[in-house]
Amino acid sequence: MLRNISTIVAVLLISMLAACSKPTPHTRGVYMLLDTSGTYTEEMNKASNILNYLLVKLAPGDSLAVARIDSGSFSEKDIIAKVTFDDRPSVTNQQKRGFREKMDNFIKTLKSSPYTDITGGLVQAVQFLEETNSGKKTILIFSDMEEDLIKGHVRDFALELKGSEVIALNVTKLRSDQIDPRDYMKRLDAWRARVEQGGGTFRVINDLERLERIFED
Amino acid sequence: MGLTDLPQIMPGQPGISLLLWLLIIIVVLYFARTPAHKAIRAVTRLLRNALHIFSRSILIAEGSLKNRNREVLFSMGQDASERQIAREFERMETVIHRDLAGFPTIYRKLDEQITRMEEDYARTSEVPDTPDAWIRAVDAVANIPSSDAMVADVLTNIHESMNKAQKNAVEEYREMFHERHHLLKKLLPSWRKVNGALCEVKKSVDSLDERSREVDAQLSKFEMICKGKSAGERMLSSSSFTQFFISALVLFIAIGGGIVNFNLIAYPMQEMVGGNSTLAGYKTSDVAAMVIILLELAIGLFFMESARFTRLFPVIGALDDKIRERMKWITLAILVILAGSESALAYMRDLMAAENQALTRSLTDVPMVVGGESFRNIPTIVQMVIGFILPFVLALAAMPLESFVHSSRTVLGVVIVSLLRAIAFLFRLLGNVIHHLGAALVHGYDLIIFMPLWIEEKLTHRSGTTAKA
Repeated sequence: MLRNISTIVAVLLISMLAACSKPTPHTRGVYMLLDTSGTYTEEMNKASNILNYLLVKLAPGDSLAVARIDSGSFSEKDIIAKVTFDDRPSVTNQQKRGFREKMDNFIKTLKSSPYTDITGGLVQAVQFLEETNSGKKTILIFSDMEEDLIKGHVRDFALELKGSEVIALNVTKLRSDQIDPRDYMKRLDAWRARVEQGGGTFRVINDLERLERIFED
Repeated sequence: MGLTDLPQIMPGQPGISLLLWLLIIIVVLYFARTPAHKAIRAVTRLLRNALHIFSRSILIAEGSLKNRNREVLFSMGQDASERQIAREFERMETVIHRDLAGFPTIYRKLDEQITRMEEDYARTSEVPDTPDAWIRAVDAVANIPSSDAMVADVLTNIHESMNKAQKNAVEEYREMFHERHHLLKKLLPSWRKVNGALCEVKKSVDSLDERSREVDAQLSKFEMICKGKSAGERMLSSSSFTQFFISALVLFIAIGGGIVNFNLIAYPMQEMVGGNSTLAGYKTSDVAAMVIILLELAIGLFFMESARFTRLFPVIGALDDKIRERMKWITLAILVILAGSESALAYMRDLMAAENQALTRSLTDVPMVVGGESFRNIPTIVQMVIGFILPFVLALAAMPLESFVHSSRTVLGVVIVSLLRAIAFLFRLLGNVIHHLGAALVHGYDLIIFMPLWIEEKLTHRSGTTAKA
């Protein structure tokens, strides 16, 4: 009897200690895709503001990565900066400063890309967020959501976005949308359907004054 | 299932079928009347008795709990009274040691002063010599009936001598009175000293008198408690309730202090244990901050216990005085170290907040508020001071905690007794309601079969009158 009790106590203690060292599922992983095609590069100031907002809001333990959307976005080379913030707030602050510096350098030297591979970027984002083991995964797409692929690139496959939230930011209206606004709606609906079929959720935030909606649950 | 659902006795005529069914049911109920009445009464009686028994057993439990509460109340009151009486005696002892220990000295001083005053007073009663006896001889010479010039010369000489002597005597008297006044004047400080010494004695005696009155009051209270008088019970009970609410209020304030304390150290704790990991669903930094606060509370409890402010742990109270004293100083030292650490953490919190603010400013390009920096030090200092004071405030919470623990025993007991009484009343009420419900059911039963009953009554009445005739 006494042996049984001691075994139970030991098991409980060990499980408690194990719980101490376990990585928590409360962390947040954010992957931001920046459209660098055509005239969208002119919107980079807005992207910079969004990034600053993210840096202010993200806490120790959270992960952040920013990648460009170019002709072939399914590549680690397109990741401009990535970081998993340290547990200590002081180190986190230093990391945030470094991240901001990297992004500033990128924006200064930015060159526009002829094509827009959003799907490739999304797949890359999912892979990155899986590796961070974050509790909440958010993919921000700063783009007009008009995909323009190089001939021969295959992107019409189902996405695996289970547990991820995709937020399209600052989805600008194209010239064709002015002629027929239904094109704009169709474009967004198509993306929504694709994301939701992949098990994720899809939202659009065009009002950049209300960025707090990014972290709304 | 209603009457309409019953199979039709006469197909195609539901009204008549229903009527027939009703008739059948009434007849069946009429014949089953007596056993049905018995069954209803038996069931309701059974339920009522069961509920009454249950109510009675609850009342018995309530009675024994009440007695137990009374015993605990008296024992606690007795203990508190004993402690107070002991404390009053200690105070009396202190007064006696402090004030009356110097009584022999005061007595000696008084004695000396009085002796000196007596001597001086005796000296003031010394009178100058009476006039010389020869004055009467001169008087006789002056009465000689003669007009002799020689006698006149003698008398003139005598008159001059007399004047001279009188002058001398007056001078002498004046000097004497001056000296007496001087002596009496010298007596004044002695009177004052005597008065002062007597005032001191009076003060000490008054203090003792006051203490003795306190002891008298405590002893009469103690006597009342020992005799188990209802007045004593009421007094102790109301005192417990007052203690309960006051200590609860103070504990509530202490909890508020604890929350402030927690917020002060939880954030800087992230720098030590990390701001990301969790323990049983809570942030490790929050848990660590809570542990530190609880540690402060525990150390505070031990300090208050070893300093004999509280008596929550008999083991500590029973320790050897030397060990207890050592424990007191050790716990106080730990408390000071913890207070210092908390103060440092509060400072760190301020630094971290400033760092965050700077980062946010650099990221959001918000301009620095002009003039705000001149007041930067004030919140830092206030946070550090609060961080240092709060552990001691938490330690002091041991006293209301003790009162709360002791008084809650009485309050809880009274609440449970009231609850038991209410439950017993409810069961009794329910039993009576069921009993009366049974009677109502019997009457309701008879109401359904009123027709055959009426016929029966008529038939019985007729057969009765026929028999009489």
